[in-house]
Amino acid sequence: MHKFLKASTAALALAVAATGANADGHALSGDLVIFSDMSNPAPRAVMEGMVERFGEMHPDLNIELTVIDREAYKTQIRNFLTANTPDVANWYAANRMRPYVDAGLFEDISDVWEGTLSEELASTKGAMTLDGKQWGVPYTYYQWGVYYRKDIYEELGLTEPTSFDEMKANCQAILDSGRKCYTIGTKFLWTAGGWFDYLNMRTNGYDFHSELMAGKHKWDSPEVRATFANWKELLDMGAFVDNHTSYSWQESLPFIVNGEAAAILKGNFAVAPLREAGLDDSKLDFYQFPAINPAVELAEDAPTDTFHIPSGAANKDNAKAFLKFVTSAENQTMINAGDALGQLPVNSKSSVDDDKFLLEGFEMLSSNSPGGVAQFFDRDAPAEMAKVGMEGLQEFMVKPDNLDNILARLDKAAERIYK
Amino acid sequence: MADATVSTGTSQRGWYKRNEIAVTPWLFLIPGIIFFMVYVIIPIFQSFYYSTLSWDGLGQAQNIGLANYAELWDDDAFYTSLRNNFIWLALYLLAIPAGLAIALLLNQTVFGIRLYKSLFFFPFVISQVVVGLVFGWFYDPTFGLFNIALGTVGLGPINVLGDEAYVTYGIIAAGLWPQTAYCMILYLTGLNAVDPEQIEAARLDGAKRFKMLWYVVIPQLKPATFIAFVVTIIGALRSFDLISIMTNGGPFGSSRVLSFYMFEVALSEYGFRMGYGAAIAVVLFLIMLIFITYFLYSMYNEEKGR
Repeated sequence: MHKFLKASTAALALAVAATGANADGHALSGDLVIFSDMSNPAPRAVMEGMVERFGEMHPDLNIELTVIDREAYKTQIRNFLTANTPDVANWYAANRMRPYVDAGLFEDISDVWEGTLSEELASTKGAMTLDGKQWGVPYTYYQWGVYYRKDIYEELGLTEPTSFDEMKANCQAILDSGRKCYTIGTKFLWTAGGWFDYLNMRTNGYDFHSELMAGKHKWDSPEVRATFANWKELLDMGAFVDNHTSYSWQESLPFIVNGEAAAILKGNFAVAPLREAGLDDSKLDFYQFPAINPAVELAEDAPTDTFHIPSGAANKDNAKAFLKFVTSAENQTMINAGDALGQLPVNSKSSVDDDKFLLEGFEMLSSNSPGGVAQFFDRDAPAEMAKVGMEGLQEFMVKPDNLDNILARLDKAAERIYK
Repeated sequence: MADATVSTGTSQRGWYKRNEIAVTPWLFLIPGIIFFMVYVIIPIFQSFYYSTLSWDGLGQAQNIGLANYAELWDDDAFYTSLRNNFIWLALYLLAIPAGLAIALLLNQTVFGIRLYKSLFFFPFVISQVVVGLVFGWFYDPTFGLFNIALGTVGLGPINVLGDEAYVTYGIIAAGLWPQTAYCMILYLTGLNAVDPEQIEAARLDGAKRFKMLWYVVIPQLKPATFIAFVVTIIGALRSFDLISIMTNGGPFGSSRVLSFYMFEVALSEYGFRMGYGAAIAVVLFLIMLIFITYFLYSMYNEEKGR
């Protein structure tokens, strides 16, 4: 537990005042208890930095920060939201927050969103809205897309595909050179959800996809079958690495690092480990998942991480001020920089760090994703549905012939879950 | 007691003094009984109650009668888990003969035998998580020793943990490694208690090798066999850590057992169905009850026979 008391030097306070980051203008006092799941080294430094700067702006405020292991947090949140409640807590956007919204454990903070915030955070407002109200604020998000080995593409004379046919033609050329097209590790299932998200959004469009995730369509429908038919084409080519059921996504990275596979469909968080493994910008590049059905608009996955105020919080005004501080343009620029989180700022007035992948991702999400922005399979669908669904997707990738069975199972589960 | 009648005339020893012999054992048992009630007996009945609820652990619980059991009845994942539980039960028992064989091998006095014994016991000392990780790498389809070994005899790579046909057997094999060591140590202590005179007598009567083992040694090892049986059955039924580490229940749920499935639906990242989890727990409890009854019954018989 880290305590940041009011002790701060006058010089630093002056510096903060000079930058004008004090959004509220008046100093806060009292307590602010924050529980955070930002436990990996870089996010942890970001979180501690934010608390420190917020504390300097409000020297009379007593801030307590507790950082909890990211995985353990996912089960602990259920306990601390009901007893021993913090004032601010991390979580995820969209349906992933619905259980807590429905149980009345997250505070409706639509008033924080009124006015400028809704304009500046327009791109993620939808993800924070349930039942017409906002239940938290985002602090970072990241694009998904295809990260590929530029040197292999150059060696084979390939270019970034812009259509599914080109994608398949590229893949055939890569297979002919004795490599696999895509690496993937499905041991923990969710990676397969990424492939389904993209194939379904490109085949049937964002609206159908989000309605499917919300339980408004049958899985055993011609639309979903078309998506799986496209996927099967790739599977029949042998596009994916063998034995992917045995690997986590981290364990699947050596295939692309060693040049045994040419690409991976993944979120921007894959860039850091790939760079560390020795793929510099001359070897690693990014392209947007190409169009499949030209009639539908492109849409992207961009999972959003969030801050919320539990409804049992004791210091809600302080918490709201902190949320405003987190989403302010300047703070967003700072915490999402390449040397901090290395992701995309949620505030449209922030600037994106000068990093090839961040710039491409920002460009893609702000100008080439007219269909909409989805969260991710396991955040858009209710948790139980996501689990059953992703298991089905993994089974499909190994045994495409079981499709009828899988779809029937998903529809049966959906009937119970969405009732 | 006899002195109760004696004391009636003389006045007034305290109540505790009068009942000391009857009460004292219970006083010593009270802490144990309290904890056993709070952590075992009461939760069992709570599980029965929860299994009739539809409850996410947060919101309002709703009584739905036996609907959870009705759902279990045609839940494919439940039958997969149940089948795997029985495979575990059957194959895990191999640890008993294997442990006996190693114990017989090590039950001799040569130089350094203590070192060999420790080395054989080693897998039981290390954490199940480590065993799972080691076997996970051993089975790795691309880099693992297992497939390299298969390759040298010309057999193709087998993705043990990624193939629904092999995955459960692969995990059981990993589980047998520490469990065999456990049975071995039970038998080693048991062998110390084998009566040398009976061995001598049997030898004079011309018993050799298998007959000696079967008719003379093994009957004397009965207590060790009983304990080995108990711990192995319990170990098989609560197999959880290896599955969680090695496959996380996959591929597509084919290596789940009941305890893992219960955890998944009630407590994992993707599910908080307390009622459904409790229903699975009840089924698992009933299976265990068969064995518990048998164990208690045979222990009771043994006590009575003395």
